[in-house]
Amino acid sequence: MQMPPDKPQWWHGILSKSLLLKIALPIIIIISWEVLSILIDNPFILPSIESVLLVLSKPFADILGSGSLIGNAMISLGRVLIGFFVAAVLAIPLGIGMARNEKLHDFFDSTVQVFRPIPPLAWVPLALAWFRIGLVSMVFIIAIGAFFPILLNTLDGMKSIKKTWIEAAHTLGAKERQILANVVLPGAAPTIWTGLRVGFGIAWMCVVAAEMMPGTNSGIGYLIITSYNWGQVQVIIAGIIVIGVIGLGIDYLFKVVEKKKFMWRELDR
Amino acid sequence: MTLIVENISKEFEQRGVRSAALVSINLDVKEKEFTCVLGPSGCGKTTLLRIIAGLEKATTGRVMIGGELVTGPSSRMAMIFQDYSLFPWRTVIDNIAFGLEMKGVGEEERLDVAAHYLDLIGLNGFGENFPYELSGGMRQRVAVARALAIDPSVLLMDEPFGALDAQTRNMLQKQLLEIWDKTKKTVLFVTHSVDEAVFMADRIVVLTSRPGTVKEVVTIDLPRPRDRTSQDFAKVRRYVLGLIDEQQSTQ
Repeated sequence: MQMPPDKPQWWHGILSKSLLLKIALPIIIIISWEVLSILIDNPFILPSIESVLLVLSKPFADILGSGSLIGNAMISLGRVLIGFFVAAVLAIPLGIGMARNEKLHDFFDSTVQVFRPIPPLAWVPLALAWFRIGLVSMVFIIAIGAFFPILLNTLDGMKSIKKTWIEAAHTLGAKERQILANVVLPGAAPTIWTGLRVGFGIAWMCVVAAEMMPGTNSGIGYLIITSYNWGQVQVIIAGIIVIGVIGLGIDYLFKVVEKKKFMWRELDR
Repeated sequence: MTLIVENISKEFEQRGVRSAALVSINLDVKEKEFTCVLGPSGCGKTTLLRIIAGLEKATTGRVMIGGELVTGPSSRMAMIFQDYSLFPWRTVIDNIAFGLEMKGVGEEERLDVAAHYLDLIGLNGFGENFPYELSGGMRQRVAVARALAIDPSVLLMDEPFGALDAQTRNMLQKQLLEIWDKTKKTVLFVTHSVDEAVFMADRIVVLTSRPGTVKEVVTIDLPRPRDRTSQDFAKVRRYVLGLIDEQQSTQ
């Protein structure tokens, strides 16, 4: 007699061991949070989950006259995009140039190495002194944060280009300019993309910190620091969650493109 | 188109010490001829091929193709590398069409041409695949098609089957001979395998070990398709092996 084959149940995927393992810690954190908030019983230190969820449930409602969660998050996102764009426009061509021209490399490399380890936030006072409070200061700090990962990954990507790709292109009749567009750029693109992804992550961290600079009057970082001044800890936590979710979402978008467009890097041997 | 190599020498400089890799190589490759350059590793045979391809400069001497001096990569010659060097971000068909695309040939026409060569290498139906989805042997066939698509007179092949297993290697040798027969290209084929050279070549140029010089040019008169197990084949192979052993024992 033959046994009927095991039918896969719909819940098999959801309750697979690895998924259980993945959601275990978040569940522990949430339960401990709720328990602790009841034990501490002080919303100025640890508000309850419900109060945070209440704030999150009204993402478009004005908070303390400072604008909504989503509104401020979009303002922050806009700033990040500008700073990130500035960084990418400077770092990618510079990286390509440095990789292709030894003199250019020697000219810039020492300076890059000196500036690279400086945390972007160390530039805050200088940014304030030079550009005052405002968009320019923030864009400056964000751009510095995003610049180095993009530059270093561009250099790495250029190094990963096989010499024989370029030679093959040469023997197939490609001119220098065509090789740049059809071999060098597509060859380095996956690594440059990684640089953009890392750069964006850092830019996103920088904007929140930059918005906590005194005198700022909008953005998710501003909302958080204002909520602190008013003792609204549940808004602080809600803001942190929004920052995390947006950061995760954008990272996911970067990864989707990476998987779709640059799969060859993983699979090419 | 005849390929003439005149008095090519190549010296490298390492830490201020000059060392010769190739010493006065002379070589005539006749049109539609299949010539193998055979030599031990490090004899400079790849360097010689790269000089002919215009990828490296010789210290002295010159390379002429169809009466013209070679000064850089030329569309009359296409090179096939040991590591295939396909563009992994392009599909097979777009790899084959690469040279035509660079020439500015319109999309429809170049895809037509590429499809023809895809058929020639027996990979119909793989046009939309990416190189990483193919085996090593299939990839090298794509590299051959990519080189043929620009319709060069001369195919330069740098140990193209060196990274493949013995079975795939034998199969590709046969396929390459078929393609050579159909397209009537001049082939200059670098290898360190005596067996491969005797199986493929009209003539074998045997190089000495470093610095490489031409030891002897052996004409192979065996009719094709050649039988590796035949006595005549064994005789020729023994002779060529003898040339290589001889120079190794005199070192």
